[in-house]
Amino acid sequence: MKAILSILAAAAVYEVVARGGWFAAALVPTLPAVARTLWAMLADGTMAGHALSTLYRVFAGLALAASFGLVLGFLMARSRAVERFFLPLVSVLMPIPSLAWAPVFILWFGLGDTATVLVVFYAASFPMILNTWTGARAVNPLWLRAAGAMGARGAELFWKVIVPATSPFVITGLRLAFQRAWIAVVGAEMLAASDFGLGWVIFDAKEFLNADVMLASLAVIGAIGFAFERLAFGALERATVMRWGMVRAAKA
Amino acid sequence: MHHIEIRNVTLVYDTPNGRVPGVRGVSFATAPSEFLCIVGPSGCGKTTLLNIIAGFLAPAEGEIRIGGKAVTGYGLDRGIVFQDFAQLFPWRTALGNVAFGLEMKGVPKAEREAIALEQLRLVKLEKFAGAYPHHLSGGMQQRVAIARALAYNPAVLLMDEPFAALDALTRDEMQRLLAEVWRATRKTVVYVTHNVAEAVYLADRVIVMTPHPGTIKAEVPIRLPRPRDPLSVEFLDYQKQLLRHLTQKEEAR
Repeated sequence: MKAILSILAAAAVYEVVARGGWFAAALVPTLPAVARTLWAMLADGTMAGHALSTLYRVFAGLALAASFGLVLGFLMARSRAVERFFLPLVSVLMPIPSLAWAPVFILWFGLGDTATVLVVFYAASFPMILNTWTGARAVNPLWLRAAGAMGARGAELFWKVIVPATSPFVITGLRLAFQRAWIAVVGAEMLAASDFGLGWVIFDAKEFLNADVMLASLAVIGAIGFAFERLAFGALERATVMRWGMVRAAKA
Repeated sequence: MHHIEIRNVTLVYDTPNGRVPGVRGVSFATAPSEFLCIVGPSGCGKTTLLNIIAGFLAPAEGEIRIGGKAVTGYGLDRGIVFQDFAQLFPWRTALGNVAFGLEMKGVPKAEREAIALEQLRLVKLEKFAGAYPHHLSGGMQQRVAIARALAYNPAVLLMDEPFAALDALTRDEMQRLLAEVWRATRKTVVYVTHNVAEAVYLADRVIVMTPHPGTIKAEVPIRLPRPRDPLSVEFLDYQKQLLRHLTQKEEAR
C-alpha cells in the first residue's frame, strides 16, 4: 500500500511538469498519452515480444552466473589455493562495469543474444561469487561439529548442512545478481541487440522522438523488475530462510 | 570393567601469549551406565576435556578408550549435546533434526522417522515433531538436542552445560527430565557443569577440576537414592563438600 502511495505521488509530480507547458509535449508526454501507447503496444503483442526477449536474455545470463558463482564461491570457501588464485581476479574484474564489455563481446560474438547474455552473466556473477563465498565461510561451526559427530561427511555434509546453512547468503546473492542483471540487460540491448528487447525499443524510439514509447518501455522494465524482486524472491525467502527463522521480517 | 577410560590426557593451547596448558595429566574412568559429572569454574578445562572425549580436539598426550577401544576423531559411538541452543539445524523440523544421525547412517526414511518420533516422545516433545527450532523455547530446543544425540543409539552421551543458558525453573524441570531419560536409556553420561547443585542432583560421581592447568582436584561419589531431594540435609552436605573443594584452591593461590 505504501509503495502505491509513493508511486502515485511521483506520478503526480511528473504530470504537473508534463502539463506545465515548459517542454514540448512530444518530449515530455503526459501520463495518459504514455498509458495509451503502452496499452496499444500491449494489445498488439509487441511489448510482450520485447519483454520476452529481454527476460530470456536475463535468465540465460543469470542462470549461467548463478551456476558459475555458486560453484566458484563454494570452491573458494573450501580451498585455500582456489581462494588465493581467484580472489585477485575477482577484485580486478568486479569494478569494471559490465557494459564496458559490451563492445568487446560484440566484436567477438557479433550483435545479438550471445553478446547480451555475456554482459548479463558478467554483471550477475560477482554478487553470486562473493555471497556464496562469504556464506560458506560464515556457517555456524556448531552445526559442522554436530553434523560431524552424527557421521556427516563429504557430499552429505555439503548438501545437507553447508548448502542450507549458506542459503540466506545465496538468496541475497541471487537478489543482487538479478538486480544487476536486469540493469545490465537493458543497457546491453541498446548496444548489442537488434530488433528485439526492451532496451532496444528505448534506443530505437530515440531515433523517432517517440518519448511515449520510451516511457512505456521504462514502465514495463520497472514493473517486471519490481514483480520479480517482490514476488519471486520474496516468495523464495518466505518458503526457505524466513520459514526456518534464519532471516526474520523487520518489526513494524 | 570400565566403559570410558581417560589415561593421562594433556592438551596445550597455543595462544598469542605462549603455550597455555588446557588440561594436564587427567585420568579417570567410568563404569557402564554411570552418570559422571565434571564440575569446575570457567577455564578449568572441563569443556576442553569433553571436546577431547568427543574427538573434536586431539590431546598432546594420553589416550581415550571407549569400550576398550582407543578412539581418535569423532564417531557415532558418542552423542553430543552442546550448551548453545543454536546447535539445532534451523532448516530442519524437530523430527528432521532428531533423524539426522540415522539419515547419515543410511536408515530408511520411514524407519528413522519412527525412531525419531520415539526419541521425541522420550523428551515429551512428540507434539512438536513438525515445528522448526525457532518456534521452540530454549528448553524445548535443548530437549530436541538430547533426543537428537540419543536417536542413533550411541553408547555414550556427552553433555556440555546443556542447561546453563536456561532460566532456573526450566533448568530444574530439565534436570528431572534428564534423570528420567537416563534411567530409561541407561547410557553412560559425561556431563560438564559449573553448577554444583546440578551435579549432586544428576551424578553417580562428581569429578572436581581446578584451573591453571586443568587438573582433577577430587572425586566425590554421590550416594543418594533417586529421585533426589535437593532440599534434604544430605543433598546440601554434598553441595557443601563440592564447594569446599572448589574454593580451597582459590585460597591456596
